Amino acid sequence: MTYSAASAGLTAIEFVQVSKTFGERERRHRVLNEVSWAIPKGKTTVIAGGSGQGKSVTLKLILGLLRPDSGQILVDGQDVGKMGAGQLRQLRTKFGVLFQGAALFDSLSVFENIALPLRERTKLKEPEIRAKIMATLETLELAGHEEKFPAQLSGGMKKRVGLARALQLEPEIVLFDEPTTGLDPLMTLEIYALFQRMQQQLGYTAVIVSHDIPKVFELADQIVLINKGEADVFAEASQIIHSDKPHIREFAEKTMGL
Amino acid sequence: MGLFLLSAVAGLFRRPFRGRELLRQLRFIGAGSSSVIFFTALSSGMVLGLQGYYTLKKFGAEGMLGSGVALTLVMELGPILTALMVAGRVGSAICAEIGIMRISEQIDALECMAVDPFRYLISPKLLAAILSVPLLTAMFDVVGIYGGYLAGVKLMGANSGSYFSSMTLSITNHEIWIGIIKSFVFALLVVWISAGRGYFVHRIRGAGFGAESVSKVTTQAVVLSSIAVLIFDYLLTAVLL
Repeated sequence: MTYSAASAGLTAIEFVQVSKTFGERERRHRVLNEVSWAIPKGKTTVIAGGSGQGKSVTLKLILGLLRPDSGQILVDGQDVGKMGAGQLRQLRTKFGVLFQGAALFDSLSVFENIALPLRERTKLKEPEIRAKIMATLETLELAGHEEKFPAQLSGGMKKRVGLARALQLEPEIVLFDEPTTGLDPLMTLEIYALFQRMQQQLGYTAVIVSHDIPKVFELADQIVLINKGEADVFAEASQIIHSDKPHIREFAEKTMGL
Repeated sequence: MGLFLLSAVAGLFRRPFRGRELLRQLRFIGAGSSSVIFFTALSSGMVLGLQGYYTLKKFGAEGMLGSGVALTLVMELGPILTALMVAGRVGSAICAEIGIMRISEQIDALECMAVDPFRYLISPKLLAAILSVPLLTAMFDVVGIYGGYLAGVKLMGANSGSYFSSMTLSITNHEIWIGIIKSFVFALLVVWISAGRGYFVHRIRGAGFGAESVSKVTTQAVVLSSIAVLIFDYLLTAVLL
């Protein structure tokens, strides 16, 4: 297994010359073209870009749900692309994931959804699980909703339940896939405030894929723009408009209202 | 698909064991199917009683009615009609449930939580089917034999004593084992094909996307598992007779 010196210290995830292509023959579409960039530990990285540019693919590559055509994706120095099923399962214990549609189990109640990773991945006894979940529900303002089913929840509540489930095993890295899609502006702000609060409490590395530009940039310690197979890294939003690449300046003008 | 079955079987031996889910599936697959199996068995047995009596009477052999009904049910109709009913009722439900979980990212969520989706989702269904279907088949046989008795003896007037005595003479452990082995294999086939179609709904060419894809693969699951049951019925009969 490859070990990168760079990923030993302050880097949580590192992309090294990663390429990924979809489709066959004349329909081939190279989503990522030898991209190299890193996600710092304990910080928030926002991945932005147009639709179909490879943002969600990037998350799936990190989780090992997709394999790169070439290059390496290093999580704590370990190459995800070369891992077997058992190693991937072990690696995923480091992650919490909040899916675009929350991906709650629709036949389970809110309580059972949040309890699932604790029942499956820990040896906690049922009273301990209940106490832990009730505390989380209190923190996320979901107390009193534990017996409801996902179909009975609003979009914002589903996201909060998804976040509660993602954080139960105290992950080192949390991936957010379009966390505010379908939410009204007020709920979006509430969810962002919640993200910041939870990250301050738990200190995890956050990776947010979002279309919600420019609001989501306020959370970012680092911004990665994925466009036309390339990944460009910026320390803050104001740097984007000064990019020497015309297509990035154009993206900034269209999406950031500049 | 071979790897899929192996992973589901391996999931039976991994911890934590999902006892409560196994009971839920036993209730759904076993107890839930019992009424449809009861009526199918009763009507099949009664038809066998009528047809058997009509045919055997031509040769003056109506005393063999019980033997004919029981052998047909235990070795053939019991396992196959139970499996076809289970494919229609349970196979479709398993395929649709897992397919919807796949397209709504619930299976991805399990993988991301480092929970083995085979052990969590497929293995309890597989075990419940393997336990339930042979029992449902046994129930089918008993109800079918009673149906044959109602039609052949009570309605058509065949001798009651020879109906049961010919049965006990012709049915041995060998015939019973053929029925058990068939029902076990059919249960495996139905869950394997139905769960597999749902699990790989996103990879099946021509299935489309979203709800349409789940609808199409659910139909495929029932058709394919029914065809597989019929093909394996012939193969097993040829090997085991």
